Amino acid sequence: MSNFEYAPAPESRAIAKIEKDYGLFINGKFQAPHSKKRFETINPATEEVLSKVSFADEADVDKAVKAARAAYTKVWSKLSGKERAKYLFRIARLLQERAREFAVVESLDNGKPIRETRDVDVPLAAAHFFYHAGWADKLEHAGYGSQPKPHGVVGQVIPWNFPLLMLAWKVAPALATGNTVVLKPAETTPLTALLFAEICQQAELPAGVVNIITGDGRTGSALIKHPGIDKIAFTGSTEVGKLIAQSVATTGKSVTLELGGKGANIVFEDSPIDQAVEGIVNGIFFNQGHVCCAGSRLLLQENIHDEFLHKLQVRMSKIRVGDPLDKNTDLGAINSAAQLAKIRELSQSGESEGAQIWSAPCELPSKGFWFAPTVFTGVTQAHRIAREEIFGPVLSVLTFRTPQEAMEKANNTPFGLSAGVWTDKGSRILWASNQLKAGVIWANTFNKFDPASPFGGYKESGWGREGGRHGLAAYIKGAH
Amino acid sequence: MRLDVKKTYKLFIGGAFPRSESGRSYVVNDSKGNFVANPSQASRKDLRDAVVAAKNAHPQWSSATAYNRGQILYRIAEIMEGRTEQFVAEIVALEGVTPKAALSQVQEAIDTWVWYAGWTDKISSTAGSTNPIAGPYYNFTIPESLGVVGIVADQKSSLLGVVRGLAPVLAGGNTALLITSEKRPLPGITLAECFATSDVPAGVVNILTGLTSELTPWLASHMEVDGLDLSGVDTKSESDLRIAGTENLKRIHRFGAEKSPSRILSFMEYKTVWHPIGI
Amino acid sequence: MYSDRQSERLIDGSESSLRRFLQTLSPVDQIGAQERAAMLGTRSIKTSSKKWAIDMAISMVDLTTLEGADTPGKVRALCSKAVRPDPRDLTVPHVGAVCVYNDMVGIARQHLDSIGGEEVPVAAVSTAFPSGRASRTVKIQDTRDAIALGASEIDMVIDRGAFLSGRLGEVFEEIVAIKEICGDKAHLKVILETGELVTLDNVRKASYLAMLAGADFIKTSTGKVTPAATAPVVMVMLEAVRDYFQLTGTRIGVKPAGGIRTTKDAIKQLVLVNETAGPEWLDPALFRIGASALLNDLLMQRMKMANGRYSSANYVTVD
Repeated sequence: MSNFEYAPAPESRAIAKIEKDYGLFINGKFQAPHSKKRFETINPATEEVLSKVSFADEADVDKAVKAARAAYTKVWSKLSGKERAKYLFRIARLLQERAREFAVVESLDNGKPIRETRDVDVPLAAAHFFYHAGWADKLEHAGYGSQPKPHGVVGQVIPWNFPLLMLAWKVAPALATGNTVVLKPAETTPLTALLFAEICQQAELPAGVVNIITGDGRTGSALIKHPGIDKIAFTGSTEVGKLIAQSVATTGKSVTLELGGKGANIVFEDSPIDQAVEGIVNGIFFNQGHVCCAGSRLLLQENIHDEFLHKLQVRMSKIRVGDPLDKNTDLGAINSAAQLAKIRELSQSGESEGAQIWSAPCELPSKGFWFAPTVFTGVTQAHRIAREEIFGPVLSVLTFRTPQEAMEKANNTPFGLSAGVWTDKGSRILWASNQLKAGVIWANTFNKFDPASPFGGYKESGWGREGGRHGLAAYIKGAH
Repeated sequence: MRLDVKKTYKLFIGGAFPRSESGRSYVVNDSKGNFVANPSQASRKDLRDAVVAAKNAHPQWSSATAYNRGQILYRIAEIMEGRTEQFVAEIVALEGVTPKAALSQVQEAIDTWVWYAGWTDKISSTAGSTNPIAGPYYNFTIPESLGVVGIVADQKSSLLGVVRGLAPVLAGGNTALLITSEKRPLPGITLAECFATSDVPAGVVNILTGLTSELTPWLASHMEVDGLDLSGVDTKSESDLRIAGTENLKRIHRFGAEKSPSRILSFMEYKTVWHPIGI
Repeated sequence: MYSDRQSERLIDGSESSLRRFLQTLSPVDQIGAQERAAMLGTRSIKTSSKKWAIDMAISMVDLTTLEGADTPGKVRALCSKAVRPDPRDLTVPHVGAVCVYNDMVGIARQHLDSIGGEEVPVAAVSTAFPSGRASRTVKIQDTRDAIALGASEIDMVIDRGAFLSGRLGEVFEEIVAIKEICGDKAHLKVILETGELVTLDNVRKASYLAMLAGADFIKTSTGKVTPAATAPVVMVMLEAVRDYFQLTGTRIGVKPAGGIRTTKDAIKQLVLVNETAGPEWLDPALFRIGASALLNDLLMQRMKMANGRYSSANYVTVD
């Protein structure tokens, strides 16, 4: 018997030219913030400081919105869709050309493994721009009337879990349909957005069409409340989403929200077991579980419980946790101390409420924010870990006896973003898809995304869809 | 004084540039009657070879993801952009228009190509559907590529006519052979050079230069050709060709200058699938 | 009739019990399996782990020549290479085995023994390799001949025609019969010819059938049909031996053959083993790679690791 240890295989950091500090990207230029305040962004795997980025206050927000408005009125709204398309194609190409650089920076800033940024985040982001470039000059065929019109200036706030990809999901359709954008990246992950600003410059995008303003919750709030914004798009927690919805209740401003989830990954006895194990692992440990549509609840048919759990634990033991820049790392760092605290708190509650905990044995680095892949068994709907979004690498396992019971338990949540169905039977897949109150249903697969595939949630998981023909509606005036 | 190196215009079949197996070429003059080039004069055997190449290339091309096809078509536009000057020179010579008008045609051709490239991953969202039949079945309709499409390019518009015919056919996942305008064939071959230097797999597009009336009957009667675009055929010859095409019920169309997703769908087939919904 | 395996617990010897057992096997989702295998193919094996993997791969190679034109001269050259892959570097391990047609077994065994290669087993392909289309009598004689000439490993082919037409009992009995002849003189590898079985579900079923019938190794291919040892196929077979061990306590070996030409390919195989069946299988006793051109690529990579230069075919021997 031998031990096949994989030697460290680090991706080189040399390709990432991160500036010591960054200004705000307003009207085509990087400029100092009004308050001159800056804050640090760190590498969550090592706690090293990567850069200092600017804090945009209300004055900066105002400046950015005005720049977006001027760009809309004077330039962008006067361009044909054909020409808008060409800018988007340029952006897509530039992202492809600088793909490795973006992947490394994203991994450093977010903590997720380089394999994922390289193979998922960055290619999908480029694909999003390609896809939407192709819509820009054919909107009259999208099913929204013969002359669909944009809103004007769109305010967009994105989360830290897929910084570049969430930017692409927001900016690409907005621009394709003729809007201009003020976007606020998440506080802990501003770097790829700032790099994206450079891409806008390289693409010669007219000044003010895209504005990137870094900051914290106050910045986002100021942006969303700004009267000069015609439309709001937000991805983040359900808690904040509800506040936004409240704030526009009187103004009637158009809002799309992509919020939290507590996805049920349902495994039937006749499922392809080895692939189902992979799908469960992917569903909750991909991106450290920082995924709104994560399959955080495993609903397991009771008669295969023990066999499945055994295979799952064997598989979980093979998850490689460590340096995100190592090409063989499967699970990277938790994005922040705050998020780690949340995960720990909920995990604690699982134990104290009587569920059984098992974590994959692994060596966690001493610096940085880390959590071992963990599974709770003996979980019921009454446990907090079955109801609340943990947003971490923690899986809760519940059982069911019949297909109807599985549907009941899967739907028994205020959320409705995603669900997974594992079975060999086609008719059951389609039946389950009918029953499940979720905006995205994966059958015999999980966590699959494509610019052509609409994504979004039922119930408290949000309003509206992103991607596909359906996703254009968010950015077309009067469309739903 | 520097003598320029003149280009030889050969056929484009299976990703390569062979001369006609018949060894023939024919004279192409510019709009003033001056000699411009001796492009190959394709024979029925060249056409036969082109159909084989297109047929063999179809499984891979049609099963590539729509995104991948879109990427490849977009790349062709990038290469076309770089060849603008060559196209302009050829159009000025052959069509007798001003450089400004020629440039306008080239730019429209490139933009039209880009327009169709962006359709590959959208056509099934707009033309496909799930159908609410009255029963516990899931029922969906998707458009699929037809197969091998033969195109007779517009006789007048030497580049734009080719692009208008070719781009929608490829966007729909078909493979193609195109017969260029008889008197104005050169931009079609320069366009083939764009295909050869992009990522489009060999055999997906094949371009033949030669005498329209000699080649079209063979195209129309070939049993491995699934669709025909007769835009470049004169109205007198059209009905004979249509009759020849009925042997294997080719899908036969003729178009003008319109730019529309329906041109893509003209060479696609709808497939409808049923599946029960149940525990 | 069977080996003293616990397979008696799983089936009772009748075709219907075999069929029923095989039906209880979980289905394989092709796309999911392909994705997992592809992901494992992105593992980056460098420096010390690459060095280790190259030597391990060399020791697992079943150096093979299976041509109609094989001659004693060709076989002897192969055997020399098998014992001393790099004449200028004696730290290179010898290969796992030499694999030849059964009328060449005697020559191979003789030559290996004469050059200090007593440790290197001779494997013979058998049972009307590669098609498997011949009478039972012929297949049995084929095997007896090979063992008599000194083969200590038999690589037999299953009857794919019988498998695909549902005559599972026939496939099973044939393996049992050949295993009986092997006795304790030879270990039995059963070639599934996965390229002809086509689906991963068939690969899984055939793997279990072979193991239940007495295979010591399950092998992907004859090398005469493509596709051969693709990553998802090998992965499904590794899952089968892993799960079979859980069921019976016995470890069966796996041998991919065909299409593994470069060091990169070989290392991908080792990663598959490591993360599917487990490190216990990283041993020539439980994992072999059927190959010929691969060995030289492994040697060239080994040289590059030692001296830092991209190597050339001039610096490895032609066998």
